[in-house]
Amino acid sequence: MKRAAPLALLAGLGLAALAVAAEVRPPQDYLSPTLRAQQDDPSRHPGWLWVDEGEALWRRGDPSCQSCHGDIAGMAGVAARYPVVAQDGALLNLEGRIERCRMRHQGQPAIGYESEALLSLTTAVASRSRGLPMSVAVDGPAAAFLEQGRTLYETRQGQLNLACGQCHDDNAGRRLRGDVISNGLGTGFPAYRLEWNGVGSLHRRLRACQLGVRATQFELGAPEYTALELFLAHRARGLPVEAPGLRR
Amino acid sequence: MLLLPGAPGLAQVAPYSVTGDAIEAPLEDLAGDAARGAAVTRNRETANCLICHAIPDTREPFMGDIGPPLAGVGSRLTEGQIRLRLVDPTRLNPDAVMPPYHRVAGLTRVDERFRGQPVLTAQEIEDVVAFLATLKDRKE
Ligand code: HEC
Ligand code: HEC
Repeated sequence: MKRAAPLALLAGLGLAALAVAAEVRPPQDYLSPTLRAQQDDPSRHPGWLWVDEGEALWRRGDPSCQSCHGDIAGMAGVAARYPVVAQDGALLNLEGRIERCRMRHQGQPAIGYESEALLSLTTAVASRSRGLPMSVAVDGPAAAFLEQGRTLYETRQGQLNLACGQCHDDNAGRRLRGDVISNGLGTGFPAYRLEWNGVGSLHRRLRACQLGVRATQFELGAPEYTALELFLAHRARGLPVEAPGLRR
Repeated sequence: MLLLPGAPGLAQVAPYSVTGDAIEAPLEDLAGDAARGAAVTRNRETANCLICHAIPDTREPFMGDIGPPLAGVGSRLTEGQIRLRLVDPTRLNPDAVMPPYHRVAGLTRVDERFRGQPVLTAQEIEDVVAFLATLKDRKE
């Protein structure tokens, strides 16, 4: 099948350079210049309100996160290594680790995925890794989770019969309605999305992509999404953590 | 709705035969209506073609460029060729990105609200074919 002058159209949109990127590029490269500048400037980025709230929560509680871990500055680099396989063999993302600390060390009930408190704590911890290169472990017990995530990423799904990579590899840089498709990495999450009018988790974003292709969504916090999160983190190896991201 | 017992969903997909790279006969012998097809093509809830394609209409904001522009498609392709590309593009290219608009078999993890139903009915496919056939001019 021939394509009618797609290059002319792309050039017209100023996207020729990004179209059909062969390599995986950081999400910030796909943002509009306005959003990109705003993402880099905490004073114009509403996501930092969640960071402030999370830092307050870090110091609260009995015992507080701080009483075990010290100042939150010590969390630098943690988000770059997550998800990780815990001692009991479960794959944990940052949200999962924080929930475990709450239940096991603070004796509190789970706060709940996508609750403002968990989002705030996760965003505050993740922000401490901003700019640091992603490097998750994918050997040993993590290898099986990586393959599970890869399979989910590469399998066509939903009534629209699309695999993640058909958009995020084959069509990165092109336009899907008003969006420029990025490489579909998780490095900006939790992110403030204008459409959400607030901060949301990576799993919430993954649910949106599954809804888009009319596939059955997994629950927030589902092990399937956490395995996918590991695969995305490995795809992003060497690229900087951007959380909190700023998105349309 | 025509639902045959024992074959839910499949009954909603019209039988067809492929000749070369085309489905020559209209699905269920239905006549397409170009005006209705134009509405289906623009519909953001169902077909959502413009998420990926541009049509020659400067009033449409935010059209995608994942698929080729549809201007001139009525000169490039016959109605039969357009019909196959809408019904199931994976029959031409197993790696096609374009969704199969009139197929229910062999799909994975379909949202239960849509399970067993094609995205577009046979009538809607014929309407879109009729509309695309009117897009003769490459420019605009
Ligand atoms: C039909 C196209 C399409 C498919 C299929 C798709 N996505 Fe997306 N995805 C998008 C669009 C458009 C956006 C918003 C623009 C962007 O950031 O890429 C997006 C955003 C994302 C983001 C947020 C990136 C950021 O930095 O904000 C992630 C992560 C993501 N997708 C992962 C996935 C995964 C994993 C799958 C499969 C389960 C998937 N996507 C399937 C189109 C798609
Ligand atoms: C998710 C993206 C996507 C959507 C949605 C989509 N298409 Fe496509 N379309 C494509 C791509 C990509 C191609 C090129 C072949 C391929 O890779 O599938 C294509 C090819 C075509 C062709 C063949 C054009 C040519 O010149 O060969 C026609 C006709 C077409 N699409 C019409 C439609 C119509 C009508 C709709 C909605 C009912 C639609 N498409 C929805 C992505 C899409």
